[in-house]
Order: sequence, then C-alpha cells, then structure tokens
Amino acid sequence: MAGETLIGKPMPMTDARSKVTGLGKYTDDISVPGMLIGRILHSPHPHARIRGIDTSRAEALEGVKAVCTGKDAPRPYGILPIGHDEGVFQIDKARYIGDNIAAVAATSAEIAEQALGLIDVDYEVLPAWLDPREAMLAADNWIHQGKPNNIEKEYHHHFGNVDEALARADFVREESYFAGEVSHAAMEPHSTLAVWDADGRMTVYSSTQVPYYLHRTLADVCEMPMSQIRVIKPLVGGGFGGKSEVIPLEIAAGVLAKKAKRPVKITYTREEVFYAHRGRPITYMDIKAGLTREGKITGLYARVVQDGGAYCGYGPVTVLYSGALLGAIYDIPNVKYDGYRVLTNKPACGAMRGHGTVNVRFAVEAMLDALAHDAGLDPLEVRRRNLLKAPCITVNGLRVTSYGLPECIERVAERSGWNEKKGKMPPGRGIGMACSHYVSGAANPIIRSNIPHTTINLKIDRDATVTVYSGAAEIGQGSDTMQVQIIAEVLSVDPQRVRLVAADTDLTPIDLGSYSSRVTFMAGNACIDAAKNMRAQLLAGVAKKLGVDPAQIDLRNEQIFVAGEAQPRMNFDQAVAAALEFQGGLVARGTYAPPEEARGGKFKGSGVGPSPSYSYSAQVVEVHVDEETGRVTVDNIIAAHDCGRALNPLTVEGQIEGSVYMGLGQALQEEMIWLDGRLMNPSLLEYRIPSTLETPEIESIIVESMDPEGPFGAKEAGEGSLAATIPAIANAVFDAVGVRINTLPITPEKVLAALEAKKKSERVKASGNGGPAGGNGNRGGSR
Amino acid sequence: MSKEIVRLKVNGEWREVALPLNRLLLDALREDLVLTGSKRGCDDASCGCCAVLVDGVPVLSCVALAFSYQDCVIVTVEGIAAPGELDPVQEGYAEAGGAQCGFCTPGFLIATKALLDRHPHPTPEQIRNALSSNLCRCTGYMQIYESVKLAIERAESRAVAAGRS
Repeated sequence: MAGETLIGKPMPMTDARSKVTGLGKYTDDISVPGMLIGRILHSPHPHARIRGIDTSRAEALEGVKAVCTGKDAPRPYGILPIGHDEGVFQIDKARYIGDNIAAVAATSAEIAEQALGLIDVDYEVLPAWLDPREAMLAADNWIHQGKPNNIEKEYHHHFGNVDEALARADFVREESYFAGEVSHAAMEPHSTLAVWDADGRMTVYSSTQVPYYLHRTLADVCEMPMSQIRVIKPLVGGGFGGKSEVIPLEIAAGVLAKKAKRPVKITYTREEVFYAHRGRPITYMDIKAGLTREGKITGLYARVVQDGGAYCGYGPVTVLYSGALLGAIYDIPNVKYDGYRVLTNKPACGAMRGHGTVNVRFAVEAMLDALAHDAGLDPLEVRRRNLLKAPCITVNGLRVTSYGLPECIERVAERSGWNEKKGKMPPGRGIGMACSHYVSGAANPIIRSNIPHTTINLKIDRDATVTVYSGAAEIGQGSDTMQVQIIAEVLSVDPQRVRLVAADTDLTPIDLGSYSSRVTFMAGNACIDAAKNMRAQLLAGVAKKLGVDPAQIDLRNEQIFVAGEAQPRMNFDQAVAAALEFQGGLVARGTYAPPEEARGGKFKGSGVGPSPSYSYSAQVVEVHVDEETGRVTVDNIIAAHDCGRALNPLTVEGQIEGSVYMGLGQALQEEMIWLDGRLMNPSLLEYRIPSTLETPEIESIIVESMDPEGPFGAKEAGEGSLAATIPAIANAVFDAVGVRINTLPITPEKVLAALEAKKKSERVKASGNGGPAGGNGNRGGSR
Repeated sequence: MSKEIVRLKVNGEWREVALPLNRLLLDALREDLVLTGSKRGCDDASCGCCAVLVDGVPVLSCVALAFSYQDCVIVTVEGIAAPGELDPVQEGYAEAGGAQCGFCTPGFLIATKALLDRHPHPTPEQIRNALSSNLCRCTGYMQIYESVKLAIERAESRAVAAGRS
C-alpha cells in the first residue's frame, strides 16, 4: 500500500512517558481513602473434602472488616461457557495446593495475614491425582463429579487417511515427546482493587487482559447486574495469557468489597502468582510421521495428553489449538489427532503465549528434523517441499489468505548462511531451524454471539481533539499506539491530536480482550472503519459549509483541499468548527467481525483454530554444547516473522524478540517442578526466566505478506514466533552433538545422559554385540 | 509495633516519616511517601523492579529496611529528572522500545543510570552485566540495549549542546 504517512513508520508507544517517569499507574499503585487490604486463604492440600470452615476467630480480630467463604458467593464460574466449575472460594472440596478457601479484608496487610491464621478449616484429605496418565485411568475419587476418569475433554480428528499415508512413506518415525510446565511470569503480579461506591455500584480496577469477561463474571458471581459494575484496566505489567481469564483474586476482591461495603485491594505475592498460574501444561506427545524420499510429508499423527490441573479454564481450547495448528502450517493431506485434556490436583493451566500450539510445534518440528536426517535431506529443504499454496483451505478447514512462510524461510536461510554452515559446523557447534504459525485472533468468540468482536467509538468536539473510545486492553504490546496510528492515518491528522480512552466499561464499547493475538487485526480494522466514517461526516460538513460537492473535498495532513486548488481552504480546527455547525458533536462508530468464510468447518471442535488470518515464522539458531557439562549455549537466533504488514516496526520487532526470548526460556531453563502437588520453585529466583546473561543476540526480520483483510495488510506479531525457537534449538543441539533431546527443557543433565547413552551404544556397536541401534537420548516422560 | 522517625532525602527533598522498625524501604517509598514508581515484582530480590539509587548505588528496596538508610540520599524513578523533563536514559527507553509493559522499566532505568554515571561509554559487555540483576519478560533485551545506546547518544548531544552555550 502506498501513500501512508504513519503506517509502517516506527512510533514510540503513546504511554511511554508515563512508564519512564514512574508516573503511570498500575493497579497496585492505586489507593483510595478507606481502602482495605484483602488476603486469600489457600488450601494446603492438593485434594481434600472441606468438612467445615469456622471464621469466627478471624471475624473477632480487631481491624478485620469482612471474612468471606464460598457461602458468600456460591455461583461457579469459568472462562468458557462449558467450564463453569470453579467457585471463588471452594465449598465442597479443595482441588489443588493453593486452591481458594476463604478471604479476609482488614485495615492493614498485617492484620489480614494474621486473620487468615485464625480461620479454622476442617479438611478430610483425599488421595490426589498428580500425573495425568494415571488420573485419566481413575475409576473413582474423581476431581470433579461429572468428569469421569478425570477427563475434562477429549477430541479425535482425522483428515484424509493417515494409516495409508504412513504405509506408503519411505521413512516413518514414531517418537515420544514431553514438555514440562511453564508459566507466564509477567513482571507485574496480579492486582485488583474493588471500590464500593456510595450509590451501591462497584468500580473494579484490575490487571486484566479481558475487561469484558471480567465484567461479566463479576456480575454473575457477585450477583449484581452488569450495569452496576464498572471495570477499569489501568496500565498492565505484562500478561502473556496469565491475565486472559478471570483470576480468583479479581472475584475475591469484588466479593469482599460487596460484603464490607468498602474498597478492597488484593495484590498477589509472587508465590501466589505461580499458584494462580494458568500457564502452559505438562504435555505428553506421541507423534508418528512419514516422509517420501523426495521429502514430501505423507501423513502426521499426534496423540496429546495435557495435564490441565484442577479446573477447566481454557483447557478445551488449548487441546483444540494443539490439534488445529498441528499440521496446518504445511501442506499435509493426512492428519490425525487424538487430544486429551486431563484434570489433576494441581493449579489450573490455561492460555500462555502461543496458546496450545507451542508444545506440539516443538514435537512436529523436531520430528521433521529427524525424518529429514533419515532421508539424507536438508531439513530446510524439506520445509520448502511441503509449503501450502495460498490462498487455500487446509485439510482441517482453516482458511489461509496470506502465507509469508516461504519468504521467512528464504530470509533466515540467507541471513544465517545456512547452506555454508549446515553440516559443516566444528565439533560441539550446531545450527538448527524450525517454523511456526499462529492465529490473528479467533474467528469465533468464546461466548457465541453475533455482537461484533470489536467496536470503536470516535468523538470530535470543539477542541478538535479526536477521542477514541476503545475496549481493547493494552498490556504492553503497543495496541493503544497501533490504534492511535491507524486513526491518525485515516483521518490525516497528527497523532498528537488523537486521545485514546481505553478499557473502561463505563465509557468504552466492547472489545473481547487481548488474547489469541486478535487486537491488531480486529481492533485495527474497527479503527479503520470508525475513522472512515468520521472522515466522511467531517468532509460532508465542510463541503456544506463551503458549498462544494463532498466528492471535491480532500483532507490531507490536517488541511482541507478543494479539487483543483493548490492552496488549502481550512485547517483541521476550522474544518471541525464548520462541521459542528450542522450536527453538533461529531461521533462515529466502527466495528469488526470475522467474515463467515473464516469461521472454520462444521465438525466437533472445529470452532477453535479458525482465524481471519495466520502469521508465520521461520528461525535459525546456532548453539554450542559443552560435552563435559552438557550445557547448551545459544549463540544467536535469527527470526523472520510474517506479520502481514508491520504497522509499527518498532513494536513488531519488540514482539518478535520477546516471543523468541520466551521460547528460549522454555527450551533451556524454565520448568515448574512439582512434588506431591506442591510447586518447588514458586519464585523468580528458582523459576529462572532468562536474564541478559542467558539471552543471546536475537535478530528479527520482518516479512510482509500484505494480508488482503488485515488492517493495511497487517496480521499478528505477538505470539507466532515463540514456538519455532524451541525446536530450532533442539535441532541445533542434534546438529552439534548428535543427540536428540525430546523432552523440555533441554537441561545439562539430559544432554549429558544422552551423550553417555550415545557413547555406550557406539561402544556396543564397535564391539559387535548388536544392541539397540541409535542413541535416541531421552524419550518423553522419562522423568 | 512501635514507630520511630526515619529521615530520608528522596528525590532532592528531605522527608520524615514515622515507621515501624521492620518497614521495608520499598513499602516506605510506595505506601508512606506515595512514590509508586518503584515496583514490587517479586519478594526476594530476584527481579530488580524495585531498584532505587542510594547515594548513587542501585539498591533493591524490596529487601532493604528503611531504617538502614537513615539520612541517605535516595533517587527513585520519579527523581531521575526534574518534573516535566526527561533524562537521556528515560528518552532512550521511551523511544527505542526498551519499555513495553513498563513494569520492569523503573528498575532498568535505575540500573542504567548508575552504569552511565560511572561509565558514560560502556562496552556491550559492561551493559549486559550491569543489567543482569534486572529481569524483563517482554523485550528479550534487544530493544533495551538499543535504548541504552540511544541514551548514550542523547547524553552526548546534550553535553555538546551545553558546551556550545
């Protein structure tokens, strides 16, 4: 697209000054007069019946203003309409260590803490289900009544004929993969402030990615009409999915405030953040795939078991994404998927950056690397030979409108010097590659309705400020800036003139939230629509004032021009004043709903995976492996990401690099360690996200495929690059030292064990004893 | 717990406040002095979001007792520049993508400020080491390095401009 003045140019974030001065307010920074501090009592048992709760001693403590249990708010909730299985405070059973039992609001944090110790809970401890492979075989003692065998959901999809496809492949492999559990670890711990107003309304400030869903859930559980509740999202210190469903403290603060008739703030400790979790689940993956001698993938099978934890959360969506995006990045005619979401007595898992796609992508891309090796083919060449031909519809019904993957592959191959390096690295050094893809928003809303996914309102009045009312939730990704940029572009005004009022349910129309990388595509398109409507109104008023045909009027760079005239007739302020004469305040609306054709197939589970558009990524990673210690060091990562169009290259690069960084952490060092249902590393000292010292040079390359339906051609940039990083690293480790580590994270212990096994098998072979062939390293689940 | 008076020079102003002896410096700043720019990201000195300068040295205020800093000179993110102005370090982070969600930013600004005050022209390795006590979950650090580079450039051009005038 040509002629844009702002689109495609780097623009610092509109809220940058508030962040670098420390003056911007995050939820925990907000205090109001009379505010109480809330604290939550968590279960010390992974699975226990609650026989009784006695709060009388806590209530009697000086300074305690409210104590709440499940009796105060018995309605169950959950992010999915099919998964309302969680009470804000549990009534019958505690289902994980950390489950929410009761809460206190008091005049100080110290008193609230003290009061928690005075709540007497009578537990009958039950045997706990801690391993999903055992939990799914359980004959009784199920975690939820109505969920036999602790299976939350299972899906079975088969497109084409996989058995036949594998039978005619020249190379077939069957491997087991495992991914440990990881958490978002956003730097801002969750915080909620619920303010009970004088008129009986409640205003809730919360660190959320989904103000709309929070609004609905608060109304439901607090038993108040939505009109009596206002949700405001202040600055949010990172989300990554960890704030994309309603988190217990958000409801707990509301329930306490309603009972105390006072403002109540709850902020999680870092330990509570880890237990609230909703991160990426432990995943067991059995993969079968076939390749022809020519490098064509004939078929792909995956059996996936996810350890979902104690509540439904986004679970069914996670396990569906794992299936839907399993093969759809390539042209694979035969794909079969058996996915199981299993309940266990651990904190609920949920959506984390790259939702549902990351672990299976690791498995599939590692499998392709191994198959390419078997076939004696370059793994990069194997990807080239299995590309889709867009536009197209994949075997599972996903509509692909733009497909920059080929260019991503070529760009990283060229930039990395792939051809010169692959297979030619010195001992202990390796190079690896992998690809990934992701949705630009879900084509189907979580709660089925015909309401547009985003509505944007615009207002211009006498001050000639363009005010944007948007429900979209800025969480650090730059969505506020993106909207300002688009509105300013379409209206041909200085971005300084545009003021964004965001994510305040009293003021802003519905946007479904910041999840599934939907905001650029959906809010971006709604902004274009709104700004075009506003522009038409403004120019119609100006035309009337000037007595000219509206078709003869143009607005460029804040100046009004009449066709054929070189000199502008009016500036923007004058144009606004003119238009106001005829209609008073200028208001305009824009909406976005995904087109019908983008909403996917008709089979059970087909609602998850469809998106108006998909992003693509290809990455090349170089590593070196210390064979004495097993330590893997990543030397550099080159990531090419097809984001359709980089509306703001500065923030797009930040998103690509941030995604790669998170993939690096999961690949090498992040894992939640569980012992008897207790998290052994619930702090940032022990759950080690990479610091500057562990993070290599990351080079991002923007590929622009110009999506036909994206705003100015744009699609997602914030998640799709994460998944490729992990298998690219695993494949580079194989290239360096000849062992495949099929379990995440790739720790020095696993690398050493695999090297030992490889040496042993080579010795056995050399001594002619036969023995098992191939040092296949660590098989899935061997922990 | 009984309270005593602690006296701190915060962002150029002497402040006195009655606190219990076990009050953490971070809580004293955030709650008693309502300087909420310094953030609590963890509870154990692992993230760096709470860093402040004490007599020019970065200190993690979430594990520091306020009374240990009696009569000390403290600079928080709110005091890096005069009100309404930005320090080159703040300009760097605001313009080069160093602040995404912004929650770790105050700590990174403090660490960067301390580094550049000592070494106006640090090597990449010095920058990497100086920032290794701060965690950022958003950026992957690349745009943080760009921000530091831009801060150095801005400081230089300001020095040149000051020399001319």
